[in-house]
Amino acid sequence: MGEDVRPGTAEAAGRDDRARRRRTALTGNEAVALAMRQVEPDVVAAYPITPQTDIVQFFASFVADGRVKTEFVTVESEHSAMSAVVGASAAGARAMTATSANGLALMWEVLYIASGSRLPIVMPVVNRALSAPINIHCDHSDAMGARDSGWVQLWSEDAQEAYDNVIQAVRIAEDPRVLLPVMVCYDGFIISHALLNLEVLTDDEVKEFVGTYRPDRSLLDPDRPVTVGPLDLYDFYFEHKRQQAEAMAAAREVIPEVAAAYAALTGRSYGMMEAYRLADAEAAVVVLGSAAGTARFVVDRLRREGRKAGLLKLRVFRPFPASEMAEALGGLRAVAVMDRCDGFSAAGGPVFNEVRSALYGLDGVRPDAAGRPQGRAPNGPPLVVNVVYGLGGRDVDPEDIEAVFDLLFRRIEGEEPRGEDGAGVLSRSLRPSPNTEVHYLGVRE
Amino acid sequence: MSLKVKSLKELAAAPQWLTPGHRMCAGCGAPIAMRQLLAAAPRRVVVGCATGCLEVATTIYPYTAWRCSFIHSAFENTAATMSGVEAAYRSLRRQARVEADFVFVAVGGDGGTYDIGLQSLSGMLERGHRVVYVCYDNGAYMNTGVQRSSATPKGAATTTCPAGEASPGKRQPRKDLLAVASAHGIPYAAQAAPSHWRDLVRKAEKAFRAEGPAFLNILAPCPRGWRYDTAQTIELTRLAVETCFWPLVEVEEGRWSITFRPKKKKPLLDFLKPQGRFRHLFEGQNLKMIEEMQREVDENWRRLEALERLTAPAEGLRRSS
Repeated sequence: MGEDVRPGTAEAAGRDDRARRRRTALTGNEAVALAMRQVEPDVVAAYPITPQTDIVQFFASFVADGRVKTEFVTVESEHSAMSAVVGASAAGARAMTATSANGLALMWEVLYIASGSRLPIVMPVVNRALSAPINIHCDHSDAMGARDSGWVQLWSEDAQEAYDNVIQAVRIAEDPRVLLPVMVCYDGFIISHALLNLEVLTDDEVKEFVGTYRPDRSLLDPDRPVTVGPLDLYDFYFEHKRQQAEAMAAAREVIPEVAAAYAALTGRSYGMMEAYRLADAEAAVVVLGSAAGTARFVVDRLRREGRKAGLLKLRVFRPFPASEMAEALGGLRAVAVMDRCDGFSAAGGPVFNEVRSALYGLDGVRPDAAGRPQGRAPNGPPLVVNVVYGLGGRDVDPEDIEAVFDLLFRRIEGEEPRGEDGAGVLSRSLRPSPNTEVHYLGVRE
Repeated sequence: MSLKVKSLKELAAAPQWLTPGHRMCAGCGAPIAMRQLLAAAPRRVVVGCATGCLEVATTIYPYTAWRCSFIHSAFENTAATMSGVEAAYRSLRRQARVEADFVFVAVGGDGGTYDIGLQSLSGMLERGHRVVYVCYDNGAYMNTGVQRSSATPKGAATTTCPAGEASPGKRQPRKDLLAVASAHGIPYAAQAAPSHWRDLVRKAEKAFRAEGPAFLNILAPCPRGWRYDTAQTIELTRLAVETCFWPLVEVEEGRWSITFRPKKKKPLLDFLKPQGRFRHLFEGQNLKMIEEMQREVDENWRRLEALERLTAPAEGLRRSS
């Protein structure tokens, strides 16, 4: 078949690295399945769900064709998928699964067991809306709901980043300072099913980068049997949770280290976040996922018009890079935080609440003794508004994001929020408190 | 399958994977069942346990009563968890990264097996993982304080099916989990009781040797839930067997066999009488329920005998024992 491998097939996802650093057109799911094949975990347990299904199918054909040594466990539910990888990981295996939406919701209980047992499982999450009503399209409510389950969360802007994140996730998870499970999130259909020309590593390069998993303790160590998952009461539970919190804090050091090693290998460099044209910006949007690409395009367009627009793309949501966030946004006048999830707090989406919290009480924006603002925030902390967008796969166009910037620039010019704000693309805002604006992008009233 | 059952002396010398000093109640049937089972383990063992009495009372951090590796994950997923452990073992053995031999045991109470863990168990049996799944059946959610499960016998009073003016206790018969498990076409499934330890150990040995998943359902009286004197545990399982309330049977490659036939079948009353959970049945109009329960026990025994005849090897083939 040579180069005529049809995109969207197992052959495409499993192509050999005939040319080193070859650029190749893959869908997001193909790219992630390829990364999984190259990592070659000892155990994969998975259950199909749209839009993740391709991964399971591709991986099944790698197993059927003898291209991986992985034990592939075709479980009867996502609850069992997560349970089986918990067992496999505790037994000393490098274990992976993948899911979306309701599948992630069904895993819920066991997500906490994976992180609480300090098991370095890696799981691609192909972001999709949660039922009800049932909807198979892109939405971040699934992974956002799991944001406090003790998993590291890496988010991806495109198939390249999803591929790169899966490979880095293995090293992050298994670092002895971390030993936490990692979710690699990427947008359903928009990334999972769209073709992108991307650069892939050779199998050997990936194997060398991730190394062999050699846990300190395992169920299968004949000389040192271990009890995993004991009853842990008020005399020790709290200390174990504190250790877990410290592991998540340690991930803040480890993620940039792994990114630096990966950049040395690939030339592609990732941080906790990406600040795009932020240095002199007055207004910016904070985005995670595929909408970051659209936002970058809009920022460039606005810059050509002389408007000081910027973008902050969040790659790591857990651990939350609060200080970097404050540093990057503290000097701006107005920021819109984009949430592809409502969260139903009635006080703004999850990303909004984290970002605005990160900007509160900064040394840099506190007035000095004379009452003058100091540091990077000469005008005080920026106005932060929330924009909920794209639920259930609703498209987000450049014009939508331009409308968000228009709102920010109007605020900078002194326009007060009004009930009918942003009539048109932006819905009437919800005003849960005098200083909180939540807009819904492109929704009918 | 021919095998020599370990002698009592050999059993006594077997590694004690579950040590004394755990915090199970006096008279609890579960650790007795586990120790009999594990004495038959041919190699090192890894035990996975569902949330429940056995788990919480043997692994109170920083202590553990397990000399073997042990994993508890959650209530309903012990079969899936052990599927993962066994898959890891196969993978790491193939790569020569693990060299020791292991056998794998998954344990759950009846709540974790008949009810909330049934899907996970079904998945493990269907996929063919080489794990021995053991249910210690005490007929209710004892760890949370004696709530009904689908293993609770008809007529028993629990805290969620109490006997009262308008209720005789549980109205539904127990789920036939042995039939459910064996319907997966697994190589070995059996029902056992600690009073008949030789039968139990023989079944455990067969389960450990099975080339695939095996299922054992072991009766494990609970003095708290059944409401009887703690010294009567073994006597009660003997009565359960001798009244045919708890027939000792096995299903080997689809062939059903009754492994113990009481010389003289005792009336069900003998089993019910010592237990507080059935006390209300001996009052007034509830007495007819005992007759109903006796009929069901008789009917079940006839069904087992019929299954035995139906699944017997064809003429000319010798059954191995």
